[in-house]
Amino acid sequence: MSALPPYATTPQRVWYYSFRVICGFIFFFLIAPIVVVIPLSFNAEDFFTFTPEMLSLDPEGYSLKHYRDFFSNSDWQNALYNSVRIAPLATLLSVSFGTLAAIGLSQDHVPFRRAIMAILISPMIVPLIISAAGMYFFYSRIGLQGTYIGVVLAHAALGIPFVIITVTATLVGFDRSLTRAAANMGANPVTTFFKVQMPLILPGVISGGLFAFITSFDEVVVVLFVGSSGQKTLPWQMFTGLREQISPTILAVATILVGISILLLATVELLRRRSERLRGMSPT
Amino acid sequence: MSDATDTGPVLAADGTPLKRSLNRALRREKMRALMLIAPLLIFVLVTFIAPIADMLFRSVENNIVEDTLPRTVVALKNWDRTTGELPDETVFAALAEDLVIAVESKTHTRLGSRLNYEMTGISSLFRKTGRSVKRWDIATDGPFREKFIEVDDGWADIEMWATLQTYSSRYTSGYFLNSVDLQLSPEGITAREEDQRIYITLFKRTIFMSLTIMFSCVLLGYPIAWLLANLPAKTSNMLLILVLLPFWTSLLVRTSAWKVLLQQQGVINDVLVWVGLVDNGNRLIMINNQFGTIVAMTHILLPFMILPLYSVMQTIPETYLRAAKSLGATNWTAFWRVYFPQSVPGIGAGCILVFILSIGYYITPELVGGTKGVFISNRIAYHISSSLNWGLGAALGTILLAAVLILYWAYDKIVGIDNVKLG
Repeated sequence: MSALPPYATTPQRVWYYSFRVICGFIFFFLIAPIVVVIPLSFNAEDFFTFTPEMLSLDPEGYSLKHYRDFFSNSDWQNALYNSVRIAPLATLLSVSFGTLAAIGLSQDHVPFRRAIMAILISPMIVPLIISAAGMYFFYSRIGLQGTYIGVVLAHAALGIPFVIITVTATLVGFDRSLTRAAANMGANPVTTFFKVQMPLILPGVISGGLFAFITSFDEVVVVLFVGSSGQKTLPWQMFTGLREQISPTILAVATILVGISILLLATVELLRRRSERLRGMSPT
Repeated sequence: MSDATDTGPVLAADGTPLKRSLNRALRREKMRALMLIAPLLIFVLVTFIAPIADMLFRSVENNIVEDTLPRTVVALKNWDRTTGELPDETVFAALAEDLVIAVESKTHTRLGSRLNYEMTGISSLFRKTGRSVKRWDIATDGPFREKFIEVDDGWADIEMWATLQTYSSRYTSGYFLNSVDLQLSPEGITAREEDQRIYITLFKRTIFMSLTIMFSCVLLGYPIAWLLANLPAKTSNMLLILVLLPFWTSLLVRTSAWKVLLQQQGVINDVLVWVGLVDNGNRLIMINNQFGTIVAMTHILLPFMILPLYSVMQTIPETYLRAAKSLGATNWTAFWRVYFPQSVPGIGAGCILVFILSIGYYITPELVGGTKGVFISNRIAYHISSSLNWGLGAALGTILLAAVLILYWAYDKIVGIDNVKLG
């Protein structure tokens, strides 16, 4: 595939180029819906489509009014505030419990390893609507339904599988003799953990944390059921916006969120490469 | 023989037998691992597994009848519905006594709505009777049989009493039967009325649409994964970002993008009209139907197909294809007989992943599916937040959960959950 050999026949050439065109279309299908939102969010009108002014690149056709609306509307600001209040705490919970457990799971002799792993990964596999329904029933029994703590606990549970997966993956290449060497030189387990093990697995922990963060930040089904209007998050506000009074402000919010995703993606990619380099798994 | 008695067991430095000493060390190591895992395990059990168990319990639980009408349930035990006679005065007296208490705590309306799922009309019967019962005096106002029938002749309906008797037990299979369009009637298990049979259709639609989405994902994902696996590392890393960006973008952003694109006044229709493929008068309806759901969900789930496919294809040596061709295979034979069979594990993993994710999807079908493009999960949400028929919602959820767990188990067997990779 890498290059067309000089002896290729005409049908081979045709296939080679048409295959690339097909792939181009599929990439277009993947990216275009996300990209199209960005210019539309600068629309000067309250439409969801390109106006003639926009197509002729007339500055009149563009404006920041939807962004102004986002930053001045109290509904959106409340939602943003709630999202920012919930996601970091949920992330902190899943990362601290998750990292500890991942270290435990990567020991040599763990009884019931498969069963434990299956339980810990299950929040990722069980359909969100079922988790949401169960949490709604159970949390109303114990008085957590409609509370800030309830939403944080629910989101932390949803983020845990991501932390477990990324941190155990980092620990696979971890050289255990380093901790033994530290212990040999008189470090206690806590010092060993923070001074030797943690710095080495930090990239995995951070990317697990980013996954957990985006899971909570982007989550809508569970918060719809477990939360009450006091915990209305950004995705919830978008969901109601899309269902009821569809306003172009949503596109401005969407553009901001795309920006955040690009930042997160870049961070995770950099961390992954750094971690691979640290463990000498990648030649570059 | 004498040798063994002479040497004895090997001893560790502190004098204990080595075997025991090693065992103790192993046990300590196991304990330490478990201690590290325990906090998280407890956390997940409380915040996640307990709620799921609660849902399973709710799908069979039916305490409300016996809790609200304890005396009536006992008195009704001896009534034989086949005689065609109404229950006798003791039952009515017990009912009056129960209802007075229930009305005071306002639980009779909840019981009414519960029984209304099984037989329409019971809800209004209870509400109407509740208003009259308030004025009754249990000690002096008997006999109650005529009084009840005077308030509402629904109490003279044998069918109503039979329903009450059928659903007086603490646990019921009724919700599960309802979720497959059957019902537990006094005559045993029967099919629901024609116009109320919706769940089998909904399950079939969910499976059919998930399969369609899965196949579209294979169709679109396979070429991309192949391209990524066979390009030089630098280019493929660049292109991989185009796959990962949608994966990281908020679900609601992608759904709103599709809503904007597919609308009748949306971008795609505008382009088609501008090109001249579609007349301005009859723009295509691409949203609020099955087409909208399938397109949007294929886009959303495509990265989950590409990533496992890509990681499997990376391990297939490029030389195999060349070897096949040098032995005289055509391009197609080389691909179909040599390359494709080796990529099947990746297809399997991707398919199960996409299928699991899509049969439980809620947000996207809710927003772009209209009425014809919704899944079983939308119905579950409806029962929990709007119709408040929690038992039925829980039963539907349990069935969906069982399906997902079977697939999860298959995924674990084929791929192994330890091998799940992110990004």
